[in-house]
Amino acid sequence: MSTEPQSVKTLSFSVGLATGLYGISFGALSVTAGLDFWQTMALSLLMFSGGSQFAFIGVIASGGGVIAAVLSSWMLGVRNGFYAIRLAPIMSLPTILKPLGAQLTIDESNAVSLSQEPDILKQRQGFWLTGIAVFVFWNLLTACGALLGSMIGDPADWGLDAAAGAAFLGLIWPSLAKSKLLVLAVVSAFTATLLSAFVPAGMPILLTAFVAVAFWLVEIVRKSK
Amino acid sequence: MSLWAGVLIASGLVYSWKLLGHLVPERFVTSPAVRSLAALVTVSMLAGLVGIQTFASTDGIVLDARVPALAVAALLFYLRVPFIVVVIAAALIASLLKLLL
Repeated sequence: MSTEPQSVKTLSFSVGLATGLYGISFGALSVTAGLDFWQTMALSLLMFSGGSQFAFIGVIASGGGVIAAVLSSWMLGVRNGFYAIRLAPIMSLPTILKPLGAQLTIDESNAVSLSQEPDILKQRQGFWLTGIAVFVFWNLLTACGALLGSMIGDPADWGLDAAAGAAFLGLIWPSLAKSKLLVLAVVSAFTATLLSAFVPAGMPILLTAFVAVAFWLVEIVRKSK
Repeated sequence: MSLWAGVLIASGLVYSWKLLGHLVPERFVTSPAVRSLAALVTVSMLAGLVGIQTFASTDGIVLDARVPALAVAALLFYLRVPFIVVVIAAALIASLLKLLL
């Protein structure tokens, strides 16, 4: 990500802290939505996937009911499965570590690992360090947010929404040096944004997978010629 | 369904995706075509997240303080400014613009 590449440790710590700060807003919004402190903590410790967690409390807050909350967080979690498929051959985890590695398979850990391509060892290091850093900060700051509750106000006032976008941009930045991936990223961002106006939260991100599949098919057809 | 049951069942379901991806047989995921697809899907979804985090809101697509914040972030990444500095700068710009506008 820089001419003198930052160490994987620094990057992982930064990503963990930046993501953790978003945990404050999760904690605050969760208790405002009507969950108690321990239900909020259970989501951060056990579900541990920001998008799914925000979807769960969002549905509860809007009066959508528990079953709708379960279904939308489940759907939003699908992308972690795709990340796991990417990570599995890189990590080649022993069976005993797979359950732990699975729990740490989230946007950030996969993205930091991706940013270390093609070095396998750094990709592994990035995955573990980021997964652990995010887990620790996310849970600590969820607890703070849940305790402070509505005193924090709207997280957007602190610019945390923009910080999240910037963080994800930074993580895919190294991939964007390849013009094919740059085009894919622009088309995907555009598609997801456009779809967000028409389909329920979470679906736009899943539907971008079709953009990737289309690019993939074009690539295969080109190679076979 | 009680709220507690919902929290626990949803957590289990989200975890099942994560575990499922790790348990897909290795000979399947190590094929170059599958690996290339998984890499493309990753870039695609993360780019989708950038778009959503920057333009989407409960009122539809909006152009607000997040857009200039992301543009500055892109410029700073281009200038090879360290990650954490860029993220903080984006948050500062967005919160200042929200105060001013």
